[in-house]
Amino acid sequence: MGYDLKMRVWRGDAEGGGLTDYTVEVSEGEVVLDALHRLQATQTGDLAIRWNCKAGKCGSCSAEVNGRPRLMCMTRLSDFEESETITVTPLRTFPVIRDLVTDVSFNYEKARELPYAELGPRDADGKRRMMQVDVERGQEFRKCIECYLCQDVCHVVRDHEDNKQHFAGPRFFIRYAELDMHPLDTHDRRRLAQEAAGLGMCNITKCCTEVCPEGIHITDNGIIPMKERVVDRRYDPLVWLGNKIGLRNKDNDGRTEV
Amino acid sequence: MATTDHGVTSPGRAHIEERTLRRDRWWLQPLTTFVVFSAFVVYATVRAFLGRDYYASPYLSPFYSPCLGDCVAGASDFGQPFAWWPLSAALIILVFPLGFRMTCYYYRKAYYRAFWMSPPACGVAEPHRSYSGETRFPLLLQNVHRWFWYAAVLVGAVLTFDVVLAFRPMPAQYAVGDGETSGVHMGLGTLLMLVNVVLIWLYTLSCHSCRHIVGGRLRHFSQHPVRYRLWTWVSRLNESHGRWAWYSLFSVAIVDLYIFLLATGTIQDVRFF
Amino acid sequence: MTQTRHPMTGNEMSYYAEGGTERHRYDVVVVGAGGAGLRAAIAAHEAGAETAIVCKSLLGKAHTVMAEGGIAAAMGNRWPEDNWQVHFRDTMRGGKMLNHWRMAQLHAQEAPERVLELEDWGALFDRTEDGLISQRDFGGHRYARLAHVGDRTGLEMIRTLQQRAVQLGIDVFMECTVTEVLKQDDRVAGAFGYWRETGRFVIIEAPAVVLATGGIGKSFKVTSNSWEYTGDGHALALRAGASLINMEFVQFHPTGMVWPPSVKGLLVTESVRGDGGILRNSEGKRFMFDYIPDYFRSETADSEEEADRWYEDKKNNRRPPELLPRDEVARAINSEIKAGRGSPHGGIYLDIASRRDADYIRKRLPSMYHQFKELADVDITAEPMEIGPTCHYVMGGVEVDPDTQQSAVPGLYAAGEVSGGMHGSNRLGGNSLSDLLVFGKRSGEAAAAYAASVPRPSVVEADVRAAQAGALAPFEPAAAAGAAENPYTIQQDLQQAMNDLVGIIRTGVELEQSLVALERLKERAGSMAVEGHRQYNPGWHLALDLHNMLLVSECIARAALARQESRGGHTRDDFPGPDPEWGAKNLVLTLDTSGDGVEIAEKPLPVMPDDLRELFED
Repeated sequence: MGYDLKMRVWRGDAEGGGLTDYTVEVSEGEVVLDALHRLQATQTGDLAIRWNCKAGKCGSCSAEVNGRPRLMCMTRLSDFEESETITVTPLRTFPVIRDLVTDVSFNYEKARELPYAELGPRDADGKRRMMQVDVERGQEFRKCIECYLCQDVCHVVRDHEDNKQHFAGPRFFIRYAELDMHPLDTHDRRRLAQEAAGLGMCNITKCCTEVCPEGIHITDNGIIPMKERVVDRRYDPLVWLGNKIGLRNKDNDGRTEV
Repeated sequence: MATTDHGVTSPGRAHIEERTLRRDRWWLQPLTTFVVFSAFVVYATVRAFLGRDYYASPYLSPFYSPCLGDCVAGASDFGQPFAWWPLSAALIILVFPLGFRMTCYYYRKAYYRAFWMSPPACGVAEPHRSYSGETRFPLLLQNVHRWFWYAAVLVGAVLTFDVVLAFRPMPAQYAVGDGETSGVHMGLGTLLMLVNVVLIWLYTLSCHSCRHIVGGRLRHFSQHPVRYRLWTWVSRLNESHGRWAWYSLFSVAIVDLYIFLLATGTIQDVRFF
Repeated sequence: MTQTRHPMTGNEMSYYAEGGTERHRYDVVVVGAGGAGLRAAIAAHEAGAETAIVCKSLLGKAHTVMAEGGIAAAMGNRWPEDNWQVHFRDTMRGGKMLNHWRMAQLHAQEAPERVLELEDWGALFDRTEDGLISQRDFGGHRYARLAHVGDRTGLEMIRTLQQRAVQLGIDVFMECTVTEVLKQDDRVAGAFGYWRETGRFVIIEAPAVVLATGGIGKSFKVTSNSWEYTGDGHALALRAGASLINMEFVQFHPTGMVWPPSVKGLLVTESVRGDGGILRNSEGKRFMFDYIPDYFRSETADSEEEADRWYEDKKNNRRPPELLPRDEVARAINSEIKAGRGSPHGGIYLDIASRRDADYIRKRLPSMYHQFKELADVDITAEPMEIGPTCHYVMGGVEVDPDTQQSAVPGLYAAGEVSGGMHGSNRLGGNSLSDLLVFGKRSGEAAAAYAASVPRPSVVEADVRAAQAGALAPFEPAAAAGAAENPYTIQQDLQQAMNDLVGIIRTGVELEQSLVALERLKERAGSMAVEGHRQYNPGWHLALDLHNMLLVSECIARAALARQESRGGHTRDDFPGPDPEWGAKNLVLTLDTSGDGVEIAEKPLPVMPDDLRELFED
């Protein structure tokens, strides 16, 4: 049942720090966050951890476990050998505050730059009508728990600090996709996605999809369709020709470019 | 690998020397991709520039189909409008399937990781100092993927026609058994070409651009039930786009190799009927 | 960052030397960024007030995100017969008539528009075949009434409100904890708190403060609540001079996970039962038929056949007993486990696998599927879940005016779980999310109107100094020198005591013991010491939160001891039935003169007008 787990946990702050070795008792069915909580309660009362729901629903306890971006509450100890040392570090894309807590304000700044939903008027009876098949694509993206693991793993900003200014990141690309696929929305944000959000910076290497704890197909269902929508607007000869001769996709009628 | 001061070791981030703390064999996948793709490129280049041994009636190598240059007798089913072309006929048409694959969303992922190491694997720092993604020439051209898809559909149609032709009777010199040369025939070459064209179609139809064109671009699936149905089918194929990319890469090389071996007389076709 | 840090707190010296506090000015400060807080802030902002939100976590992580089932609103999309009167009646009956009738009325009337508003702001609810917002069945609701998105409705709601608040440009103080409400004379003057990140103090001067801090569940050992649920708003209100009501009523959700230990208490949504799941004991018996109370007998199926038909034909059949209000189901499960008919890990079985096909389950309950798969290695489409009761919600809270949500202290408002009265003795599933929206909006509007109507107060510097000293107490060497207590240990002991002595089934003797235990814990909390410095120090944060938890736990225990009956979320083994006399009064708690304990008083229920009373005559 219980055993002694060897852990290496990054301790420190913006001015420096390093991996510290600990041994902590753990038991069956536990996750990495349980082990860290026990450390906190018994050995290092000031170990900084950000967490909330401990059920994979709020996306607070993002960190890197053995070099992989993970939610600590969803990383089961049974996935590792009992003799294995588990290394836990803070997210390496964002500035560290202390120990395992990073400053994720990058994401909140990007969220502020984002366009919002703008729906037309309601139906005469004061309700709105949308069909299930039309909302399902957007619903997939709205499963996002904003753990920012995709933002953390994305090499565009992880490996290039200077790109942060011009790149919104996978989490916000799926927000663009969600709005663009909204059946009642009235804005056309394709230009914004390409220019302001830096969609073209993405080279679709799919790490965002690999780390998503919600299993959202960020690349295949979000980013690539957005890229294709930008192609519709800018690069497709048939769409261009169709527009010239009055044949066009009426599905986008009533949307204004923002 | 030298660490840099613009990525994971930027000031302000948690101070960790290693460019990755991953301990699994993350390098295996990019390495495999690198080796296989490189081998294919070498093989395809050699075969494309060779300019011969691509036709063993009734089989035409997919590298040379449609054969529009100064091709050997029987290989050109669509005329020879480029008969003046001094080099191998493969070079005239190979640009289309090549362009389709080069700009394919799956291949992009695979070669950006394996060849560019941008990034080599998730959570492994890339070696480059700067990065601008696909925002500038030449990578901006990745956006023409859809044009190549239109072309790839035509190429797929031609290859399908080739398979039909591959059921034709074989000329006398290839005849086996009692020397039967009339009626319908099927050999191992026919089978390989059939499998190849199925994989090519699976790859072409599972393309992300295809998925977008058939229905993905719509905002109201509910108003376009047929296109929605098509979109759900393509979406299902699309989940395995990478698999079709690999399989069809192998199949096209195998078919070409088989025909090469037939044409050079190294082997005899295995004939089923 | 500067090099010089305070030797004790680790903070930069420069501002510490000058008093070490940031100051801000707003019209309305909302404490808490869950559904109620965000909705209040949006309303206040739209009413023209300069508004700030202060929250302990990052924006979008509040506990609302955990809500699964849906938002109860009588929109009539599935059942045109549904209307606010039916919803009002269900709510009052679910709360065993102890609810404040006016709150229940406003809630039922305004919930539909609040839901539609979310849709205007971009929420994507599941749809009916006609394209309207789909509504699902839930315990205690006569008609399918819960607007939902799979089983992650709370996430949808908080994300929608969060995006709306960001769009409006409302200032958010993230990872900032409020430790005191500041007053000038008898009215609100602002809020005092600290940044979790740096430990630096913040004073926000504002004439109106809206408390939207949620509940108290973290005082219990087995709970579905996150660490934030330490009763901050309840305690802030008490210390500011407001009163709490109904604190004895704590809802134990019937279905929480029981295994593995690390997720014990984690919620399993009621939608599992709404969508066809049933409860069985270890003998395989569907036992809920043995626990139908007389009060609900006329509307509950008495055979499995009728219960199963109900999912398809609600007009001619009565509801399955699994969908009785939560208090009834939780008690039944508790009894089965106590009688030795529990599962290996001390729960009972919740089975949907044998009743619905795998695709249906995965589509309707994706988070549950995921949760069990990932955390317990259980495939809920193939095997039953093991579940047991878990502390989920506190019906009690700040006593407020039903129309404005203002407390007894001018300028202090409370909305959502931290307010009391709306749910009476037991809350129906789905009524919390609608509660957040309806009363969040009302409180925000009222706070903005109040702020605009009064002269700006100013904070009293002596109060600020006292608040600072209080917050730094756990670092005091004096405390550390004695028998220094570890806050984590005290918290564990508190949770154990509350679970054992003030849990789902209570007795007078145990409640007396709990009060003794709480006094002892309070003493120990006086000599808490924490290591490290003020920068993102969870030990220190817990030490500060513990004072709130202890105060609120005492409220619960005192009220539970006083109410000598069983009703809704309060079950006394020594007084097993409801008592009509007790059914006519509330228990009101205020801070005692020492400032360290609470006083209790009885107060008659507000009288329901006749036109509403008629709804119950059949």
